[in-house]
Amino acid sequence: MSGQASRALAFVRRADIWLPKVVVAPSFAASLFFVYGFIAWTVYISFTRSGILPRYEWAGFVQYVRLWNTPRWYVALENLLIFGGLFMVGCLVIGIFLAILLDQRIRAEGALRTIYLYPMALSFIVTGTAWKWILNPTLGLERVMIDLGFTNFQFDWLVNREMAIYTVVIAGVWQSSGYVMALFLAGLRSVDDEIVKAAAMDGAGPFRTYVGIILPMLRPVFLSAIIVLAHLAIKSFDLVIALTAGGPGIATDLPATFMYAYAFQRSELGLAAASAVMMLVTIMAVVVPYLYSELRASRK
Amino acid sequence: MRSARGFLLSAGVAMMLAGTSHVHAGGTVEVLHWWTSGGEARAVGELKQSFEDQGGTWIDSPIAGGGGDAAMTALRARVVAGNPPTAVQLKGPGIQEWAVEGAVADVEDVAAAEGWDDVLPPALAEIMKFDGKYVAAPVNIHRVDWIWANPELLAQVDADVPTSWDEFNTTAEKLMEAGITPLAHGGQPWQDATVFEVVALGLGGADFFRAALVELDMDALNSDTMIQVFDQMRKMRSYVDPGFSGRDWNLATSMVMNGEAAFQIMGDWAKGEFLAGGKVPGEDFLCAPAPGNAFILNSDSFVMFNVRGDDRIEGQQVLASLIMSPEFQETFNLAKGSIPARVDVSLDAFDICAQRSHDDLTAAIAADTLVPSMAHEMAVSRSVRGEFLDVVTEHFNSDMSSQEAVDRLVAAIQRAM
Amino acid sequence: MSARQIHGIVRATSPLNTFLRLLLFAILGLFALYYLMPLFVMIATALKPLEEIRTGTLISLPQEPTLEPALRAWDSACVGVRCEGLKPYVWNSMAMVIPAVIISTFLGAINGYALTKWRFRGSDLIFGLMLFGAFIPFQVVLLPMARTLGILGMAGTVPGLVLVHTIYGLAFTTLFFRNFFVGVSDGIVQAAKIDGAGFFGIFFRLMLPMAPPAIVVTVIWQFTQIWNDFLFGVAFTVGDSNPVTVALNNLVASSTGVKEYNVDMAAAIIAAVPTLIVYVFAGKYFIRGLAAGAVKG
Repeated sequence: MSGQASRALAFVRRADIWLPKVVVAPSFAASLFFVYGFIAWTVYISFTRSGILPRYEWAGFVQYVRLWNTPRWYVALENLLIFGGLFMVGCLVIGIFLAILLDQRIRAEGALRTIYLYPMALSFIVTGTAWKWILNPTLGLERVMIDLGFTNFQFDWLVNREMAIYTVVIAGVWQSSGYVMALFLAGLRSVDDEIVKAAAMDGAGPFRTYVGIILPMLRPVFLSAIIVLAHLAIKSFDLVIALTAGGPGIATDLPATFMYAYAFQRSELGLAAASAVMMLVTIMAVVVPYLYSELRASRK
Repeated sequence: MRSARGFLLSAGVAMMLAGTSHVHAGGTVEVLHWWTSGGEARAVGELKQSFEDQGGTWIDSPIAGGGGDAAMTALRARVVAGNPPTAVQLKGPGIQEWAVEGAVADVEDVAAAEGWDDVLPPALAEIMKFDGKYVAAPVNIHRVDWIWANPELLAQVDADVPTSWDEFNTTAEKLMEAGITPLAHGGQPWQDATVFEVVALGLGGADFFRAALVELDMDALNSDTMIQVFDQMRKMRSYVDPGFSGRDWNLATSMVMNGEAAFQIMGDWAKGEFLAGGKVPGEDFLCAPAPGNAFILNSDSFVMFNVRGDDRIEGQQVLASLIMSPEFQETFNLAKGSIPARVDVSLDAFDICAQRSHDDLTAAIAADTLVPSMAHEMAVSRSVRGEFLDVVTEHFNSDMSSQEAVDRLVAAIQRAM
Repeated sequence: MSARQIHGIVRATSPLNTFLRLLLFAILGLFALYYLMPLFVMIATALKPLEEIRTGTLISLPQEPTLEPALRAWDSACVGVRCEGLKPYVWNSMAMVIPAVIISTFLGAINGYALTKWRFRGSDLIFGLMLFGAFIPFQVVLLPMARTLGILGMAGTVPGLVLVHTIYGLAFTTLFFRNFFVGVSDGIVQAAKIDGAGFFGIFFRLMLPMAPPAIVVTVIWQFTQIWNDFLFGVAFTVGDSNPVTVALNNLVASSTGVKEYNVDMAAAIIAAVPTLIVYVFAGKYFIRGLAAGAVKG
């Protein structure tokens, strides 16, 4: 090896020490500024009396006091609990169920998979009107069933204050359960066949094989599905706007729509920022433990 | 076909304008608005055509949806970014909110030269000004307190359009007995609030309306009259059909048109729907002022924002002058269903509903019973209006008692102020 | 896919199992109906003349199917005062989506590679911090982002919107690639280093050629997210440069006039076609991509 070549190699090696950092730096800087900088800005605004536009005079906790005195905020929180809980459970149950069924060497699996997955491709800006029609008692399912002769059939959840939030769940599950199905199908396909064979030899039935042996092996899949679903639930916005616009009354308000309404319809930036901070805290409470465990796991 | 007719109309306007305009032709405007369909889009089309005929460049920024909610989001982002649109469809106290932030520009030169003060209703002129200078130009006056009725259905129960809320209730009961839905309504917060303020006007009169919904007087908000208003709203709830929730207002209008419901309480943009359906006012449908002997004012206007560049500033001047020209006011409002904001424009070309609106407007100005609409953002800030809407719509959609609604309203208004 | 051969636990060998198998198909079919219903309503409505929508029910098949509403929605329906249909806005969306997807995918790939195969002190922390960006509600960043774009002189421009989507896509793209590259054996990289390959050499010649599953997942995800975005589009573009979702909203959210439901639905379908195509044709690879590593995330 000539001296020149070895010097070039040394240069490459030295460059390789700082190159990875240089390559990651722009993305990291962007996220420091555009994520953490903006969060800091929002936190600051939540301590001001900003109205139609940001103002920067410190006003203390006044917006938080107002927020927790606003009945609509409690409605939004309660709805988040109902919606978030049912949405996550619904997506997981249906997603896992479909994944297991599809895993049975089905004919037309490809077509079915596409059908289950396609709602992920559509935004509620696109499907909102169709959903509104289907759920509307005078236009949609109820009328179809009555026309078919089921005259007692009633399905008026969309216009019923108590039930409207459940129609949001139905549409939400429709959109996201296919993704969960895909995650679990991928997970099932990556399970070692030997384990399945061994279980079959031990005389375990299909149910016990799945619930007792295979699903527990898919813990990482559960974890990532739950995280994806949790953050979808907390960020749910288009869904509610397209389906109910928060109504009837304010019965289907969620924190994201609450915040948008106060920031942009009502010129209450300060109060909106306070609610945004509450949302961010909630998200952190869900995500940070996950990230921590995830990173620890990958380190070993 | 439609565009050919539009072109002829606006070419006519342009020719007329050529003689009257005081400002040199030219300039550029970028106009942010949420009139994207039907008569409204046609009306904006007229404005664009007239502006371009004067040699200007029109950049259209339509953002539809939610009565301008999406447009307001975009406007805020644009102002914060430092590239505001030239003119924005904005109204009522919203104009003042932006003016206080220093975001708007005045067109006082044009207004003074053309004598806007002499031709606009004083209450409206006040809303268009900030610091005594015009910052906005009104394109129309909508009346909110209308009852639209289907005469055939009324004939079936032998009734006329009611002139008091008691009479309304009696007629509604009769209609229900006959198996007819009395009230066509769309359950969206702003529509609930529209009915609410019309009821408030009818039960309390103009003075009560002004005290409670404009000046936010706590005694008025907390009064027995307000309880009666919510009592009446509870009755109204029983007059609507099961599928009302979330329904668009124009679908409610077609229910009256098609004989599926007897009444609708809605501003005169509903007339545009009837006319588009080929219906004749006074024959196929009736327009009558709601009880109260007053006039709830709603007006659309274009606010001039603080832009840089001579080209754009010139565009603002031309646009302001154009909007306030009598010819434009006539063409635009014929397309939109409202009446001209200028009180000196002849209404010969308009239908009987518009003429009635104009007469009542003049009378209301004289009797001081002209009140700005709360539901349509003419009276109070967006945050206060939002609190009204929350309470009204919660009450309408639940079994909340009137007393509780009043208590909640008082607490909410205090919180928002 | 040998796994498929053995995984089938319910086998068609006895009458009971035949019955189970039929049941299986029945259940799968029922779910397929649930998933297809909104799409069916949209397509059926888009093909009906307006008269038929007024008289018929929602779920009825079109009696006299017509493409007229679809054609109107494509190039002559009015959006504001401009009556050219959705056509120009579809191109706007393309002009925004393609660069944003390419840039964010590339950056995600190289980040994921650097963070897994060239670990340095704090690299895990950096990844964790970046990942949190995936969870921030976009309404929160609207105003500060607007100010930043204004300062950069990119407010109301397509490059500005590309920048926004790239930045808020980075967390996801980095996540997908990191999880993929974590599964790639470090030994290969070590061997390449000993052979004298450098940082970029290994990335372009060794890692990228291995990464198509991750690339497919990332591209599908990013394409769908960015194409479907409404909030950034409405806030950061001006009039004629609106993406198709904003134009669709303008077309559908009518405030007056006769509502042409068939044109509205046809317009919605037009706005959805690109993402649908991506899913239908690349969906297979999506699942394979998830199986190949992204699933660990």
